[in-house]
Amino acid sequence: MTTTTPPGLRLTLRGAVLGRAGAPVLDGIDLDVVPGEILAVVGPSGCGKSTLLRTLAGLLPALGGEVTQDGDAITAPRAERALVFQDDALLPWRTVRANVELPLAIRGVPRAERRARAESWLARVGLDEHGAKLPHRISGGQRQRVQLARALAAEPRAVLMDEPFGALDAQTRAGMQQLLVDVLRGTGATVVFVTHDVDEALFLGDRVALLPTGRVLDVPRPRERAAHTDPATVALRRGVLESLTSTH
Amino acid sequence: MRARRWSIALRGLSLAAALGVWQLLTSYDVNLWLRFEQFPTVTDVARAFGDRLGSDAYWQDLTDSLTRIVTGFALAAVLGITVGTAVARSRIASDLLGPVLEVIRPVPAIALVPVAILLFPSNEQGIVFITCTAAFFPVMVSTRHAVRALTPVWEEAVLTMGGGRWRILGSVVLPGALPGILGGLSVGIGVSWICVISAEMISGEYGVGYRTWQDYTVVDYPGVFVGMATIGLLGWITSTAVELLGRRLTRWLPRTEGSRPPSPVRHRNPVVPPAAAPVPLTKERVRP
Repeated sequence: MTTTTPPGLRLTLRGAVLGRAGAPVLDGIDLDVVPGEILAVVGPSGCGKSTLLRTLAGLLPALGGEVTQDGDAITAPRAERALVFQDDALLPWRTVRANVELPLAIRGVPRAERRARAESWLARVGLDEHGAKLPHRISGGQRQRVQLARALAAEPRAVLMDEPFGALDAQTRAGMQQLLVDVLRGTGATVVFVTHDVDEALFLGDRVALLPTGRVLDVPRPRERAAHTDPATVALRRGVLESLTSTH
Repeated sequence: MRARRWSIALRGLSLAAALGVWQLLTSYDVNLWLRFEQFPTVTDVARAFGDRLGSDAYWQDLTDSLTRIVTGFALAAVLGITVGTAVARSRIASDLLGPVLEVIRPVPAIALVPVAILLFPSNEQGIVFITCTAAFFPVMVSTRHAVRALTPVWEEAVLTMGGGRWRILGSVVLPGALPGILGGLSVGIGVSWICVISAEMISGEYGVGYRTWQDYTVVDYPGVFVGMATIGLLGWITSTAVELLGRRLTRWLPRTEGSRPPSPVRHRNPVVPPAAAPVPLTKERVRP
């Protein structure tokens, strides 16, 4: 079964120019994601949040500057940096359990062990009775939970999340946010969570990075929704919104 | 169950009506603008069919035609899927093979009979070649389109899990393109029959097409119709086999109620509504 938890990755951008060749979206970005933290990245639509995440995942090469993990340049996708997509990225011909087993199968984990680990992760996201179903037989919120289980099953050192709850209704979304905090606890993984929702960013993030400037703010703790009515958080929220409005 | 019985009854009725009209037109030698006086009646054809079923030659023809079509179609399936995938996934393969394939594609497979005669040492191989060529293009083109239309996020997901080229091919490309590939196979098996029969008529030794043409040259019209009925039945059986295989392999596809074969364990409301529960989520709350 699961072994010792690997430490989270340090992800760093120095003067990074990101985007597609000839069409940079972010220019001269500096960012340091500390091992084990949840960094929420917030910004208006089209500001380059997904580009940042895809670059960190290794799907999109940086056009300039440095993008590194623990000091090594990120040049290609690696299993230690799991990506959770906004779109439904489950393979529709595989059952829920087989989807969660896939990264383990790629890593060569024996069949019995990967099945046990997949079932354990499905139980952690509350879907232990849905393992034999095909993805189209479960709801959108449940599919996002399967994506989360699939990303975490292979014990990645960094989890990159691209507005994974963007298409969910408010109640399901609130449930998913709490679930995410619960399941990440103890994994030690570094998390970069992209969202356009300031409240989501303040609830999930240990720190919040604002795009396109790259400015980073600390978020007060404990992480409770009630705390978001306290004056410090309200002031922070106002500051984030003003900052985003002024850069848009 | 009742709807299915009604559907079967309708199909039987349609077939019986067509045979009834045929019998009436031919037994009364109807001779309007269309001439039915030379046509054999349904009973003539049925009698000839019965006689043929008792002869060894009929079964040899059947076996020969089936062997040719299965061989040609299997080769076309393997080649069509391989080339279609390569062309869709590789710029080099597309540049190398694309122009040649696009020039050959519009040439009807049956027009390749002279080429087959020149190329192959035996007629048998030439007929298989023509059958294979006929099915190859629908399979190749469908595969190419299906692979190009794959959702990119599936491949990206496997890439970020550490999957390599072969893993992506086996876990994403082929299963994801399967519905499109099966469409090509379905068209391909139909075209294969047209071409195998035509090729047998032109250059065959034995085979249903060869026998049908022989019957025509000796003015055995009931024999011609026995050949046509045999071709129709074989075509229907093989295309049904491809269709059933396709349904079995793509059971994961969401289907509307009308397009799904009846099943006693089918869920009436398969899609579970989104879990409306606030934090924390529990097993009970997400259970449908």
